[in-house]
Amino acid sequence: MGLDFSVVPGFFDVILQGVFWTIAITVSAAVLSFFGGIFFAVIALYAPRAISWPMKGFEWLFMGTPLLLQLFLIYFGLIQIGIDLPAFVAGFVGLGLHFAVYNSELIQTAILAVDKGQMEAARTLGLSRGQALRHIVIPQAVRDVIPPIGNNMIALLKDSALVSVIGVSELTLSAQLAIGRTYRPFEFYAVVAVCYYIINLGMEAVLRRLERRVQASR
Amino acid sequence: MTHHRPFVDIRHAQKCYGELEVLKDISLQVEQKQIVAIIGPSGSGKSTLLRAINDLDPLTSGEVWLDGVQVNKLLPHTQYEKHINQIRQQIGMVFQHFNLFPHLTVRENITLAPKLLKGISDDEANVLAEQQLEHVGLIDRIDYHPSQLSGGQKQRVAIARALAMKPKLMLFDEATSALDPELVEEVNQVMKMLAEEAMTMIIVTHEMGFAESVCDRVLFMDGGVVVEEGAPEVIFRNPTQERTKNFLRKHLEGVK
Ligand SMILES: Nc1ncnc2c1ncn2[C@@H]1O[C@H](COP(=O)(O)OP(=O)(O)OP(=O)(O)O)[C@@H](O)[C@H]1O
Ligand SMILES: [Mg+2]
Repeated sequence: MGLDFSVVPGFFDVILQGVFWTIAITVSAAVLSFFGGIFFAVIALYAPRAISWPMKGFEWLFMGTPLLLQLFLIYFGLIQIGIDLPAFVAGFVGLGLHFAVYNSELIQTAILAVDKGQMEAARTLGLSRGQALRHIVIPQAVRDVIPPIGNNMIALLKDSALVSVIGVSELTLSAQLAIGRTYRPFEFYAVVAVCYYIINLGMEAVLRRLERRVQASR
Repeated sequence: MTHHRPFVDIRHAQKCYGELEVLKDISLQVEQKQIVAIIGPSGSGKSTLLRAINDLDPLTSGEVWLDGVQVNKLLPHTQYEKHINQIRQQIGMVFQHFNLFPHLTVRENITLAPKLLKGISDDEANVLAEQQLEHVGLIDRIDYHPSQLSGGQKQRVAIARALAMKPKLMLFDEATSALDPELVEEVNQVMKMLAEEAMTMIIVTHEMGFAESVCDRVLFMDGGVVVEEGAPEVIFRNPTQERTKNFLRKHLEGVK
């Protein structure tokens, strides 16, 4: 049986839907991982032990175990304690928190690397420590780690395929659906690979523009 | 009984870093509109004393008062934070390395604190930024980022940023030490202008000529104590202490 791409157009709507959900979960989880990363970093560096230590356990869970397991835990496990999340929400939370922990590591290092004269100058003007962090230190720290955070976001896009296993009808699941009906795995996996690649290019373009925009402010 | 309390009143300031006593029972009074220079060798405690005034380096013991209010009074943490932020709004500080906010434009550097702390509108903030930049002669740089400015321009923006909070007192910690020699004068000019406008200032400096021409009083510090203080012509022309003489002699040789 040779290759036959003529079956693909018939599943155009299925694939398009997959593209939509892949982008939706990637972007929303990326946003969660970004702000979550800042939040976790601030807690790790500045919160009292009673708060930052449980955070460490949480961090260990998300860094030391497979993402797939985390998704299962959130989607299937939480039901047992009465938390029944829709698949998309479970995927969004799992992906978002998983990468938030990685972003937090980057942001913590960057916060500590911001010249301490910045905090001093801000405090001297009368800003509180919170205001100085929010307006002076964190923006500079985040600016300094945009490239590595960008790499995390690209990894997030690729790992978003994992949420297919809890039934989010993103690209990978769409491909499986089409393959289930046509028995043409190569064709659909190839098409989906191209789709991922194009989304990836789009993300990289956005990241490059972001990096250029912050160049001026160094 | 009420008695006159000087505008800035530092009483028995002591500062220790572990075993090291960096400030040893220093008292200093500065009246409104006075300009005081602090000179002395490296490590003598000049910065530490200056930074005690706005509690950037809290004293181990002793008191700092500004305009009748104790700066370093004992309060529970959250209340103290509120209190000190209030006080710091009234004290401008200029650092050797400028410490401009590199991610913000010149305009934003100047307007950030007034907007956050005084709740002024965007329009008012813009007027304020323009006024302050006009004042230091940098209005045409208003939308630049700090990285696009020379050292002298950076320091003038840093001064404008401090002045935008309308401080009662300005502290300068070697404001020109990090500058190329040809850029020192433009910053000195701005500081002279403030002197003419009757700003109260405490200036840590290595520039004896500038201190002599601008200041009302000079303190010579060494080893955490004020060795000698007096009018500039006395300290620079007729110092009585051996240590002061040595320091000035070495300094002159260094300059040559
Ligand atoms: N955070 C600190 N921990 C320990 N020692 C410190 C600290 N900050 C300052 N010192 C010490 O305190 C002393 C006084 O320092 P300070 O910076 O006030 O000197 P200075 O007169 O401003 O010197 P310079 O002219 O070099 O700026 C020095 O011996 C310095 O090493
Ligand atoms: Mg110093």
